[in-house]
Amino acid sequence: MKDVAIVSFAQRQEAQIPDESEVEMMIPLMEKAKGAVGLSQQDMGFTCSGSSDFLAGQAFSFVMTIDGTGPVPPISESHVEQDGAWALYEAWVKLQCEDIDTAFVYSYGKSSPGSLRDVLATQMDPYYVAPLWPDAYAVEGLAARMLLESGKVSEQRLAEIACRSRLNAATNPHAVRNEKKSVEEILAEPYLADPLRPSDIGAIADGGAAMVLATGDRARSLCERPVWIRGIDHRSDAHTLGARDLTSAMSATIAAEKSGVRADRIDLAELAAPFTTSEAVLTEALGLGDSVDVNPSGGALAANTMMAAGLIRFGEIFERIARGDGDRGVAHAASGPCLQQNLVAVLEGE
Amino acid sequence: MPEEVLQAPLVLEYPFTRTTGPVVGRFLTGLREGVVLGVRRSDGTVMCPPLEYDPADALPLGEMVEVGQSGEVVSWSWGGPRREQQPFDQPVAWALVQLDGADTPMLHAVLVDGPEQMSTGMRVQIEWRDEREGHITDICGFVPENGEAGSQAAAVDLDSVEAVQSVRTPIRLNYSYTPGRALSEYLYAMREKRIIGDRCGDTGQVFVPPRGVSPVAGKATTETVDLPDVGYVESFNITRVPIATRPDLHPPYCSAWIVLDGASVGFMGLVVNCEPESVRLGMRVRAVWKPDDELEISATNILGWEPTGEPDEVIADIERIGRAGTQQTQRGAS
Repeated sequence: MKDVAIVSFAQRQEAQIPDESEVEMMIPLMEKAKGAVGLSQQDMGFTCSGSSDFLAGQAFSFVMTIDGTGPVPPISESHVEQDGAWALYEAWVKLQCEDIDTAFVYSYGKSSPGSLRDVLATQMDPYYVAPLWPDAYAVEGLAARMLLESGKVSEQRLAEIACRSRLNAATNPHAVRNEKKSVEEILAEPYLADPLRPSDIGAIADGGAAMVLATGDRARSLCERPVWIRGIDHRSDAHTLGARDLTSAMSATIAAEKSGVRADRIDLAELAAPFTTSEAVLTEALGLGDSVDVNPSGGALAANTMMAAGLIRFGEIFERIARGDGDRGVAHAASGPCLQQNLVAVLEGE
Repeated sequence: MPEEVLQAPLVLEYPFTRTTGPVVGRFLTGLREGVVLGVRRSDGTVMCPPLEYDPADALPLGEMVEVGQSGEVVSWSWGGPRREQQPFDQPVAWALVQLDGADTPMLHAVLVDGPEQMSTGMRVQIEWRDEREGHITDICGFVPENGEAGSQAAAVDLDSVEAVQSVRTPIRLNYSYTPGRALSEYLYAMREKRIIGDRCGDTGQVFVPPRGVSPVAGKATTETVDLPDVGYVESFNITRVPIATRPDLHPPYCSAWIVLDGASVGFMGLVVNCEPESVRLGMRVRAVWKPDDELEISATNILGWEPTGEPDEVIADIERIGRAGTQQTQRGAS
């Protein structure tokens, strides 16, 4: 196995980016991530992106966005209709399998042109569920009530998660929900999708992220403190909500075991939890103890950029470890309703 | 940029029809006839609605068993105001309902007036649609159990009725679409019968329509340039069959890839005001614009491209036009 590290990262998240097409939005990020390590597109052994046409209603969005990389002469390239963390995974596999030592990963999502609550209904079972158009908050509400009534989590605990996210987000320039609120104030919010309150639900954002990966000595030559991917795994639970226990995330638990989360001390974790309930489930599924600094950026609650929230978790861990705020961290990405799919990685500084 | 970036309503629709297969098809056939079926799993329990495989061990499943039409709310949520696409007349509660005789719950709506009428563990029963077609929406939703039998059907032999083999699941989504800055500027210029492109700062190439990016350099473009509305046909085809969605096009018609003078790439247009058979590679053409009082912020202002009568462009000499060659010399070395 080759050692693969993150060597640079760029992100942008805003409540709305109404004036730019997706490629216009992504070019500065692509240039920034590549420029930070002095590489051009032609230096990249492989390029992989993540996006979904359904978010902005832009057919073949990813084909147009490739223009931003500068794919002339033609580049080795792939795309996943998934969060960019899965694009990172594909790039990691490619780095293991081929005689290349660099890879470029990017992903983006513009949810503001449409209604994300409704767009997400299209990812449900097409025979039994999607024709009913259950909105995404109501679907998570089903899991949330089970969690609350099982006694695993209290509304107080959910409010504490929301409170901490807002507090941490106050120092994150990319967060879109960063006004502080006390636990009492959060508990006083009326339900938006009973039993979920507005603060329980990730703030929808437009944006994207770009990242450069490199192997071994190439990584060491490109930046001062590469952040190594020590373990990475992704798993999927059944799509049928009735066939799984919504108060846990078996796929996250297995991915955490396979990626080595419990093998050593963890300083910090960034979880792509789009709801406070998801964060509560994931903290337990990953076995993160009280000593772990969870979502120091505010997490996906502070800015939930579809298709990029997971890749941004990798970037947030990378930036902290690269500047010495911790040595070992966990990056997590999720996809599908009620944490159906989970990707977990352990990152460690040089 | 002088004017605001354009936005317009966009509706995305997919008229999907899906084949059901034997298990989902049998379940939907049952719904049409007013019965609910589950499937027996490897461990003997019953899953409803049924899948063709066991999510726990992936073994194929096929033994269908009838389950009850009443059950218990395992979990519920209240979604707030009705969403446009939802097949309900009112805001609904969402619930996971475990029907009597089933061991897994199904997701559907509970038709109540508000969250105060919902509780975990409450008993509910199916409210059937009067006219059923074999679709999950044959169940209008669940209502609190009231003791009255929901289904009038019962003793139908599902083997003696026509099986559901496909199901319509159309998707409709509403967007407020923006083409972005570069294309907005392009569309605004169209109102003034101007065609603009953008120039790559690295190679000097000019792209039209402009997208704010040079795909050759992988950088934002640096300059907007006005292009003349004349160029030549680089390639073309003649269509002899009608297209249902474009009744305005009368076959035979000629679609061409047109390279404007000064542009580095071609773009699509119709060749008009000549016989399609007379179109040839290299033919010089000029834009035919709508009358001035009909101009809009739209690429449809160009009705087509008509021959100018000038001598043909010699496209065998592609280096002179400066297209493919530029990429090779600028980028091929790295």
